[in-house]
Amino acid sequence: MTDAIEDIEIELLLEAVYQHYHYDFRDYARASLKRRLLHARKQLGYDSISALQADVLHDRTMLPRLLNFLTVQVSEMFRDPSYFRALREKVIPHLRTYASLKVWVAGCSNGEELYSLSILFREEGLAHMTLFYATDINPQALKAAETGVYSLDQIRLFTENHQKSGGLTSLSDYYTADYGRAVFDKSLRNQVVFSDHSLVTDAVFGEMHLISCRNVLIYFNRDLQNRAVGLFRDSLARRGFLGLGSKESLRFTQHADAFEEFVPSEKIYQRALG
Amino acid sequence: MTGRAIVIGASAGGVQALSRILPALPADFAVPVLVVAHIPPRKENALVQLFAAKCALRVKEAEDKEMLAGGTVYFAPSDYHLMVEPGGSVALSSEEPVNHSRPAIDVLFETAADAFGPNLAGVVLTGANHDGARGLKAIGDAGGIAMVEDPDTAEVGTMPAAALAACPAARPMSFEQIIHQLQGWAIS
Ligand SMILES: C[S@@+](CC[C@H](N)C(=O)[O-])C[C@H]1O[C@@H](n2cnc3c(N)ncnc32)[C@H](O)[C@@H]1O
Repeated sequence: MTDAIEDIEIELLLEAVYQHYHYDFRDYARASLKRRLLHARKQLGYDSISALQADVLHDRTMLPRLLNFLTVQVSEMFRDPSYFRALREKVIPHLRTYASLKVWVAGCSNGEELYSLSILFREEGLAHMTLFYATDINPQALKAAETGVYSLDQIRLFTENHQKSGGLTSLSDYYTADYGRAVFDKSLRNQVVFSDHSLVTDAVFGEMHLISCRNVLIYFNRDLQNRAVGLFRDSLARRGFLGLGSKESLRFTQHADAFEEFVPSEKIYQRALG
Repeated sequence: MTGRAIVIGASAGGVQALSRILPALPADFAVPVLVVAHIPPRKENALVQLFAAKCALRVKEAEDKEMLAGGTVYFAPSDYHLMVEPGGSVALSSEEPVNHSRPAIDVLFETAADAFGPNLAGVVLTGANHDGARGLKAIGDAGGIAMVEDPDTAEVGTMPAAALAACPAARPMSFEQIIHQLQGWAIS
């Protein structure tokens, strides 16, 4: 039963990563995590997960490499344009009534979602009064987010998405092309705090008017989803908003009652009163 | 993991092939059926509506974290991988395409083989690529039942032929044989 042995090895590796590095993947959705770990074993050239574990424990430089397999970094700017359109048309009018705003992009990956929101808020005239928090557990992704450089190959899709989202400007207003790369304007991150923060092990750090956490909960099991959504509940201002990925919902969490559906088709929720 | 499941993969010509199989399954069919069909990315999976109208079984798009139930056909949403968790619930993922496809048949088949072991039946239907071959082999290796649409009569034979080559336990079958075996297996 090599399969059963592999499952034991995976269990032990996750425990080792948790105990030694405090990254806790033990309650991630297992099927996808297992696929990615087996892929890591192959790509990194190990015969077994146990051999990989030994190196991960004894060689600190292995951790970031492993994290790139354990976390999924697939993203795009204005991914699911209808989500950003709904924010623009339905959520922004409420946000306008505040004197200052805090927006948290949880699981920001390489920053695509953050820059999308930063552009949207600028288009809507709210940028000057908004402080963004962009958090992730993958240090390499956070660094990329802080740099804001994407391959020019992606720009066509990003531009199309931006237009479909109801963009009021041209995406090309915000970047300069340079050797096959699109370098996004520094001013888009003037009011952004980038920070290493885990939805699994870290706590509330501020009171938010909007939390956008897309395509992160999908990689958690139900217990972990409960923990993360509890964190969002406790982080939201009165009547604050929570946006999830298009195939995520609060249906299977304990905290569904703490939220009302605001734009059901786009998985945008509002913190319920009481 | 107790319980059983059926997984089906289809690509080019798949809508017609699925139209032969899914409507033939009775409403009291006790086993959940999960389907990955390669179709162009669209927001709502059009196949759900199409087959809901044709089938006695309940037909829906698979939702992340829901428990699988008998009497139900679950379609992978477009642009997401469909997986089965070891406890028998659904998991979706937007990680990289596999075999240039998302959803990929291999991803569904391999995770389902992991979750259900010998209590799984897998069916590879018509298609113009090799997706599903590795997955069907995983099902066969775990002691499950491996079925393949006959490449000679399939709309496009490439995908079934690749599955047969990869999975020694699989046999080429007609639609009638596939339906018959699924029904017999579900009540056995
Ligand atoms: C698929 S990306 C989503 C990117 C973007 N939000 C989007 O929807 O396109 C998932 C991100 O979640 C991050 N992540 C995974 N576990 C996390 C955790 N426990 N806390 C915070 N972020 C996490 C990963 O590092 C990755 O950058």
